[in-house]
Amino acid sequence: MSEAIILDGVSIHLPDQERAVLSEVSLSVPEGELALVVGRTGSGKSTLLGAMCGRVPHFTGGNLAGRVLVDGRDTREHRPRDLADVVGVVGQNPLAGFVTDTVDEELAYAMEQLGLSPSVMRKRVEETLDVLGIADLRGAPLRELSGGQQQRVAIGSVLTAHPRILLLDEPTSALDPTGAEEVLATITRLVHDLGVTVVVAEHRIERVLHYADLVIHIGDGQVDVGTPAEIMRSSQVAPPVVELGRLALWSPLPLSVRDARRLARTNPLPLAAVAPTAPANLPQAAAILQAEGVTVRYAGGLVAVADVSLTLERGSVTALMGRNGCGKSSLLWALQGTGTRSSGSVLIGTGPTSVDPARLAPAERRRRIGLVPQTASDLLYLDSVGAELAVADRESQAAAGTAARLLNRLAPGIDEAQHPRDLSEGQQLALVLAVQLCAGPEVILLDEPTRGLDYAGKEALAGVLHDLAEEGRSVLVSTHDVEFVAECADRVMVMASGEIVADGPTAQIVVSSPAYAPQVAKILGGDYLTVAQVHEAIALSVAQVRESSTGAAP
Amino acid sequence: MAWWGWAIGMAIAVSQTTNPLLLALALAVITVVVVSRRGSSPWARSFRLYLWLGVFIVVVRLVLHVLVGLKTGDHLVLSLPSVQLPSWAAGITLFGDLTLEGLIGAALLGLRLAIMVAAVGAANALANPKRLLRALPGALHEIGSAVVVSVTVAPQLADSVQRVRRARELRGAASTGLRAIPAVALPVLEDTLERSLLLAAAMDSRGYGRHPHAPRGGDHITSALTLGGLLAAAVGIYGVLDASTSAFLGAPALILGLALSALGLWRGGRGSRRTTYRPDPWRAAEWLTLSCGVAAAAAMLLTARHSPEAIGMPLEPLAWPELPMAAAAGLLVGALPAWLTPQPPRPVRRGIPTRAGRVSAGV
Repeated sequence: MSEAIILDGVSIHLPDQERAVLSEVSLSVPEGELALVVGRTGSGKSTLLGAMCGRVPHFTGGNLAGRVLVDGRDTREHRPRDLADVVGVVGQNPLAGFVTDTVDEELAYAMEQLGLSPSVMRKRVEETLDVLGIADLRGAPLRELSGGQQQRVAIGSVLTAHPRILLLDEPTSALDPTGAEEVLATITRLVHDLGVTVVVAEHRIERVLHYADLVIHIGDGQVDVGTPAEIMRSSQVAPPVVELGRLALWSPLPLSVRDARRLARTNPLPLAAVAPTAPANLPQAAAILQAEGVTVRYAGGLVAVADVSLTLERGSVTALMGRNGCGKSSLLWALQGTGTRSSGSVLIGTGPTSVDPARLAPAERRRRIGLVPQTASDLLYLDSVGAELAVADRESQAAAGTAARLLNRLAPGIDEAQHPRDLSEGQQLALVLAVQLCAGPEVILLDEPTRGLDYAGKEALAGVLHDLAEEGRSVLVSTHDVEFVAECADRVMVMASGEIVADGPTAQIVVSSPAYAPQVAKILGGDYLTVAQVHEAIALSVAQVRESSTGAAP
Repeated sequence: MAWWGWAIGMAIAVSQTTNPLLLALALAVITVVVVSRRGSSPWARSFRLYLWLGVFIVVVRLVLHVLVGLKTGDHLVLSLPSVQLPSWAAGITLFGDLTLEGLIGAALLGLRLAIMVAAVGAANALANPKRLLRALPGALHEIGSAVVVSVTVAPQLADSVQRVRRARELRGAASTGLRAIPAVALPVLEDTLERSLLLAAAMDSRGYGRHPHAPRGGDHITSALTLGGLLAAAVGIYGVLDASTSAFLGAPALILGLALSALGLWRGGRGSRRTTYRPDPWRAAEWLTLSCGVAAAAAMLLTARHSPEAIGMPLEPLAWPELPMAAAAGLLVGALPAWLTPQPPRPVRRGIPTRAGRVSAGV
């Protein structure tokens, strides 16, 4: 079998960085395989993909030692544009890479650059529309498509050039579970039917792992390559199904829910007889935010939120789920009071102190209800972390050092002299959260905070949200990440086209939905949602066994 | 493409006259055509912007006239003290007596420029600039895409300004006023740069700017041809527009210049092997639109040669302007595309509009 991509002794130094991002990497990806690149946030996944398409170092600058051969072409002599006919690259944010306005023009763009004849272009555009299942979107404006559709058009726009290799950098990170499934189904179809070599970098490994032939694991500049089962045994990042397999000492390690279910049937886990209760739900907790009939209507007649009523309780973490574009962000902004609210009422607090946040001045408002927006970095504008924290103290009229103490609790060890833009996504999120918590709001809203976080980052965030709830605050977090919801939320609300269609305890809502069920629940049934719960149950059962054996001995 | 030809024809026609009747007629014709034949793209909404720009031009022209204009005429409107500037600016008088003749003359000159701007605006509203790009010769393609991409950034910029200002409010700070500028501008700048880099990387990876076999030797001939062509065309346009120059400087020089430029562009474009997906067809409707524009310009140019006094505003002595029939008929022909061309296609709308889409629609 010939190799599609060969890296030979590659070391990469990016400008302004002392340490090499990757050092002495040698690997090869055989033709027609699906390779998955995994690693912690900031471990160099994107850089590796960049090296494979010539963007590193031609576009980013920096220094690349060694040799990269892509379909036999050396990236030293070939710029990215000279590789356009063999490598297709799709990024995280498809909208940012679109050059034209409509779907078919976008699909034709790469072919125009390659100078193909109009008749070939017409044929390939039609074929690609069919392969991706978007034929009915032919003339649609790109900006009006849903996230999953946009991502499929982005894949299509590189496919029309008939590349032998496809590089995808987090193709599903911004998508809801259903949209992600569509995109992944398309990718596997390309591998199986067309024999395209695909390299995918992905944080949410659980979505892709069972399709992969090869896993490239990056940790501390070192790169290991192997079959999924080999790599997952010791990987720094692993999906719940693998964590469960490691916990249960299953062999071979399960990679898909189906494998794990089979193993669970043959080697049942020693689980305690009592089903674990869902994370502690305070009985009859006091309502802290009450919304009645909230409607958000935008200019142009689009109704983003339609007549939503909800109550948030003190000391709870509530997750807000739903498709891309179903109105989650609009609802959060409307509840906070800064965003548009066409009608309805929102009240914070109880009794005579209750107040509508939209009526308050911004400075007063954030003392009652805080919001961390989707692009958290919008809130940061100063040139050091220390300066941001000091300004946050002053803005909230809090004692000096309050924000710094909060940040240290959320993400210890951030150097205050660093520029906020140089922080990792998780650290930026922690900084913004510290800034917002500094004002001491009773209600905290977070819009898609898990974007770009690896498993450890999400676990840390879940811990933080839990602590906030323990302090008696109320947390509402919108997310697509079912595993994160299983870990942190007491209650789940599901939105669809501007309305709340389901609302209830996490276990009840997510287990009953095929798209939103976490992996552990799919494997072991509805009683358990996370690996941690299973771990507890096993410990409990071991303790029970020990108890009964010591009880029987005398 | 045809709309640009039509608009240029209208602009040439307007540039010949200061007759208020003809100017008003031209403005009406342009507005009618835009209103009845524009599409639903964000570009289509830009016409109003051009009209405001026109109003601004007229106002500036009047203010300049009051300040430093040459005041002639008998009908005194307002008497202002005149200020003689010191010797280093001799010959310029500030203020002075305002006359009706002077004001009307200045206003009409401003209006003429404003309507020419409106004609360009009309073309912009009627034809998506991105489609104009497809008709560009190969040699200009790369510059063209750069321009179009930079124009596309505008709605995205508005989007990110709005986002960052809302984020400022989340921090409890005012989102308007001078002190908010760095807090808003920095994240916006950051965001815009990031987007541009992403787009540039995406275009690069999709083969933008590939020159498989770039010819080197022919470069000098190509630039000489293009430069010579442009010069000749400039002289030609001057000759056509200025009725007092000899006939030789007009059309023949223009045609020679255009031919030379075309040759230069063709030579330059040979190196790039780009093709166009579904090029815009050129059919009867396009011919019709173009010829209506040409008819308007030709009628006005003919009137200008044969009865130059009819298309100007009679200022000394001040009199009611007459309406030259040929020129007016030409302008009316310019309005025909409003009825004779096909309706612009309505885009298919599907899916849930994204926030970005909503914002760009609102701009």
